Amino acid sequence: MIRFDKVTKRFADGTEALKEISLIIPTGMLTVIIGPSGCGKTTLMKMINRLETPTSGDILIDEKSIKERDEVELRRSIGYVIQRIGLFPHMTIAKNAALVPTLKGWTAEKTQTRVSELMDIVGLDPDTYLNRFPLELSGGQQQRVGVVRALAGDPNIILMDEPFSALDPISREQLQDELRNLQENIQKTIVFVTHDMDEALKIADHMIVLRAGKVEQTGSPQELINEPANEFVRNFIGEERINRKRSFGKWKMSELSPYYMQSKIGEQIVSINSSEEVEQAIALLEQPHTDVLAVYKDEEFVGYMDQSALLKAVLAKEVGASSNE
Amino acid sequence: MNDFLETLQSRSDLIQQAFLEHIYLSFVALAIGIAIALPLGILIARYRKYAEPVIGITAIFQTIPSLALFGFLVPLIGIGSKTALIALIIYALLPILRNTYTGLTSVDSSIIEAGRGMGMTRTQILKQIEFPLALPFIMAGIRTATVLTVGIATLATFVGAGGLGDVIYRGLQSYNNSLVLAGALPVALLAISFDLLLKWVEKKATPKGMKTR
Repeated sequence: MIRFDKVTKRFADGTEALKEISLIIPTGMLTVIIGPSGCGKTTLMKMINRLETPTSGDILIDEKSIKERDEVELRRSIGYVIQRIGLFPHMTIAKNAALVPTLKGWTAEKTQTRVSELMDIVGLDPDTYLNRFPLELSGGQQQRVGVVRALAGDPNIILMDEPFSALDPISREQLQDELRNLQENIQKTIVFVTHDMDEALKIADHMIVLRAGKVEQTGSPQELINEPANEFVRNFIGEERINRKRSFGKWKMSELSPYYMQSKIGEQIVSINSSEEVEQAIALLEQPHTDVLAVYKDEEFVGYMDQSALLKAVLAKEVGASSNE
Repeated sequence: MNDFLETLQSRSDLIQQAFLEHIYLSFVALAIGIAIALPLGILIARYRKYAEPVIGITAIFQTIPSLALFGFLVPLIGIGSKTALIALIIYALLPILRNTYTGLTSVDSSIIEAGRGMGMTRTQILKQIEFPLALPFIMAGIRTATVLTVGIATLATFVGAGGLGDVIYRGLQSYNNSLVLAGALPVALLAISFDLLLKWVEKKATPKGMKTR
């Protein structure tokens, strides 16, 4: 757990980047710090590995103040992925990736095994890529190496500073998915800074919304969508996203019972329990060999539902809901 | 042309000795120049507020006409190769110093921060990141200094330090154009060959990964 205790950062010119921030970054979760540019999110993150020093207040990792730790040792124990490239252009991928293990004095053999293993995980063939130079790789590949480099020293905490912002939309989506999958396996404490709300909602376990050096709200993506703390958070998430994320998933299949069909069209049937949410139904219908869902309520068949019926039902519910509000 | 070849032959002892002296002067001046300017460049790249004054001082030296500088030094130090070397070193400083400074300061700051964030010490950052990335710049500075030094070393003859300037000067005194040429040509050849050699070194010094850009 990383705990910020009344952390203030005032720059030499007098601007306050952070104002008495107290917050907790939970262990083993992907925490996204999000806010508009200039809100202090990068400063906040860089304090964790002491690239920035608080003017006042303290930061504790597992209840131990980072001030008491040696700066270099602390940084070697924390993975760091930076914005844009950040790989050293004059070193091969192998050298780049092995940097922290080398600094830590691992044996060549252990380092090599670790790096190859991680390259495989991020989908880069070690034999093909290890001897290349960063500029011979695409942006997406480079940032994958960036992730490998951050993980190589086997840190418990990983800091990521807008790592995907310079990538094209397709690579970005891909890397977001990969990061999410990776996190399911490694369960590290990841601190991820971004200004992209779609990205945040997609990958976060926990979110911290920052504005002008103050925390506006913390919580899971679902909590933020369901209950934005104030107008700023609401606007920042965006009305459209709130509606999109809310409308689906909120309804249970049983609530749509008036729209069940009694006869089926199509051959491929998959069953679903009426206590499941609509989101689940959509996921099932999106699979290639499903034409229609058979809805069961406690083992008892109650009706069929296909894509168009589901859409109709949800739309009707939406209209009903908004006229009630 | 025949005259020239004849001169070369008859004065071969003189030319050979002058040639060796010239190489000695240039090399020693360059070596000392690098030994001073390189660490100094690294220092002012780290403590940047001193960069302007230090580069400024070496730039002022550079503006002194070379003949005049040799002249100034004689009453202070006397004549001989020591005087010549000091003057040559002064001229070699600026290109090396300025290029070292520019090379080091032009390394992308985000790359350096990546190094810091990764837990590299200052010395490790300098050795493993800044220096290799600045090396092409530094080599270019050394190259400029070399050509400059080889050229200016011709003037060492006026402080009695020998070199190919001796041959040229004697030629001028005796209205012997062949002898002037026999002194000037080796200087030009020396400068060109050093330049080519260092160009090759410079290319070798460019980190491999940077060439694909």
